[in-house]
Amino acid sequence: MTIVYVPGDSAARSIGADEVAALIAAHAAKAGIDIELRRNGSRGALWLETLVEVDNGNGRFAYGPVTPADVDSLFANNFLNAGTHPLSLGKTESIEWLATQDRVTFSRVGIIEPLSLSQYEAHGGLAGLRTALTHPDVVGEVLASGLRGRGGAGFPAGIKWRTVLEAAGDQKYVVCNADEGDSGTFADRMLMEGDPFTLIEGMAIAGIAVGATYGYIYIRSEYPSAIEVMNKAIEVGRLAGLLGKNILGSDKSFDLEVRAGAGSYVCGEETAMLESLEGKRGMVRPKPPLPAISGLFGKPTVINNVLTLASVPAIMKDGSKSYQDRGIDRSRGTQVFQLAGNIARGGIVETGFGISLSEMITRFGGGTLTGHPVKAVQVGGPLGAYLSADQLDVALDYESLAEAGAMLGHGGIVVFDQSVNMLQQARFAMEFCAAESCGKCTPCRIGAVRGVEVIDRIIAGEEREKNIELLNDLCDLMTEGSLCAMGGLTPLPVRSALVHFPLEEVSK
Amino acid sequence: MKYLTWTDEAALEVVREHAEKPGPMLLTLQALQERFGYVETSLLPSIAKVLNVSRAEVHGVLTYYSDFRTTPPASRQIHLCVAEACQALGVRDVVKELAAAGYEVGERSKDGATDVVGVYCLGNCALGPAALVDGNLCGRVSAKSLVAQVTS
Ligand SMILES: Cc1cc2nc3c(=O)[nH]c(=O)nc-3n(C[C@H](O)[C@H](O)[C@H](O)COP(=O)(O)O)c2cc1C
Ligand code: SF4
Ligand code: FES
Repeated sequence: MTIVYVPGDSAARSIGADEVAALIAAHAAKAGIDIELRRNGSRGALWLETLVEVDNGNGRFAYGPVTPADVDSLFANNFLNAGTHPLSLGKTESIEWLATQDRVTFSRVGIIEPLSLSQYEAHGGLAGLRTALTHPDVVGEVLASGLRGRGGAGFPAGIKWRTVLEAAGDQKYVVCNADEGDSGTFADRMLMEGDPFTLIEGMAIAGIAVGATYGYIYIRSEYPSAIEVMNKAIEVGRLAGLLGKNILGSDKSFDLEVRAGAGSYVCGEETAMLESLEGKRGMVRPKPPLPAISGLFGKPTVINNVLTLASVPAIMKDGSKSYQDRGIDRSRGTQVFQLAGNIARGGIVETGFGISLSEMITRFGGGTLTGHPVKAVQVGGPLGAYLSADQLDVALDYESLAEAGAMLGHGGIVVFDQSVNMLQQARFAMEFCAAESCGKCTPCRIGAVRGVEVIDRIIAGEEREKNIELLNDLCDLMTEGSLCAMGGLTPLPVRSALVHFPLEEVSK
Repeated sequence: MKYLTWTDEAALEVVREHAEKPGPMLLTLQALQERFGYVETSLLPSIAKVLNVSRAEVHGVLTYYSDFRTTPPASRQIHLCVAEACQALGVRDVVKELAAAGYEVGERSKDGATDVVGVYCLGNCALGPAALVDGNLCGRVSAKSLVAQVTS
């Protein structure tokens, strides 16, 4: 039977995928044509959503971006038999934007139905977990892969895991950080909505590796669809023996549950997240103790980002070398970049580390959506630096970005054209910090509020020199005196917005 | 509306359902809001008692997280993303236009029917400006499209 794929990812649905799906089903029914309608995840080419695919036995053919108004003409042009249409994109696997990526962590996203465990297995799922169940040194394998944390700090996952493995404790936990608060990032969401079993598998492997039997996925409340899909996937996983006692018939046990956030950015910081999971206010804890030694409810806890954990099944399946062979220098493997903001071809670009920012924006992104020149690019979320048009040659890896005074963060790339007012962006960075500060330390709690005031005076043109100096002092204070990166890194976007963009231009 | 009308008795039932879970306070308050649409502050002393914590602790959690409401919500909800990627796509203008149409971000609309809340990122940053309308994600929104949705 002909299979028609219409993504059920919430980004695709945000621009009409449900309507497209319903119209296709209704049209087929009326014409008496039998089709199987599948709601896959999104391929990540969000600029082509709604991306409809048809498989009539000769591979998958794509059409996009399909709007509800296009459905009749798709049928008229016999799209069910891969007929040509102005929206034809040919074979999905040959679409250059997708074909030139290196999908490892996202290998199944957009291809399978998210809750189908059989499709998951048919596309390589569970092989990593099976390997892990009999592997003598899972932690060593992850360490050898060079995998670094994808949540922002880039800490080697294997070292964290080893600390938890070696820590004494009657109970250990695996916590998945799915708070994904950074503007310009959506990879965690799309993985959870499009391929939830990969995350479950990754967490189970982490549990086996360090001796943890229980896990929590902390998902931000702004992601209702991800919460729903993960909860369903956990149910399916339990019924199939992938979770619970004696997973996949082994002597190992692992189970997990979803906890929802409640609208606090700083709860993405790992110790604030632990507080929140314990039911308290999401205040940052001083370190030490490390969560790996004394984490959730005081027990040794692995806490990793969604993408970190979701990369582990592939590492266990194909071996650490295959992962380590990708990337450059100390940034190994692939990074799931997210192209966002004013960009013509936005979405998920997974590729080895080291591609330049300009290539990313031009070759994949196709320049700005408005067609105007790029003026500024914020990499790494609200705590990341703004780069100017003449800084775009920087390579996208941890070290090169650090050298350029920027950071990779969670891999979000937000593009602005010349309509952006950089002073307003600097102000927003302070405003955001003031709104989201947990309040534990003064430089951040008070500093950010003062920062907004000082920038307001600069905007108003009051004693500019003096106020810019004041702002610089304030930034120094926040950088040096803050307990966590919320207050500590807010100066990054603020300063870069002022340094790389001349004031006359900034304030226009 | 999908919410139940608040009664202390029904609310305490919800609290007791969650009291045994590890770290129950946030979960409990979330469950209350899910059921009733908000959390009635007069119940805080009783919640504290059931969960065996101080009243200040319950109050602390309730006021820390921006999701919580202590009064009933309007019948429609707009959560508009005002973060950077949506700024790059003009959400600052959307905010102004919404205000001009009687939908000030951070307040209840002039007609009293819609709460308009500014949030930071909805994970739809390549298809912004983005908003949740009654919990459903929308992309490429404008002030006009949002008002049309909540008045339809
Ligand atoms: C203010 C703040 C917000 C953060 N938000 C997130 C987040 O949303 N997701 C995430 O994975 N890490 C976030 N982090 C980083 C975490 O503290 C932590 O480094 C991460 O969860 C570790 O996992 P990883 O090693 O796999 O990256 C944040 C850090 C800070 C300081
Ligand atoms: S820097 Fe800000 S968010 Fe971090 S601990 Fe201090 S007050 Fe809290
Ligand atoms: S910044 Fe608006 S949806 Fe992410």
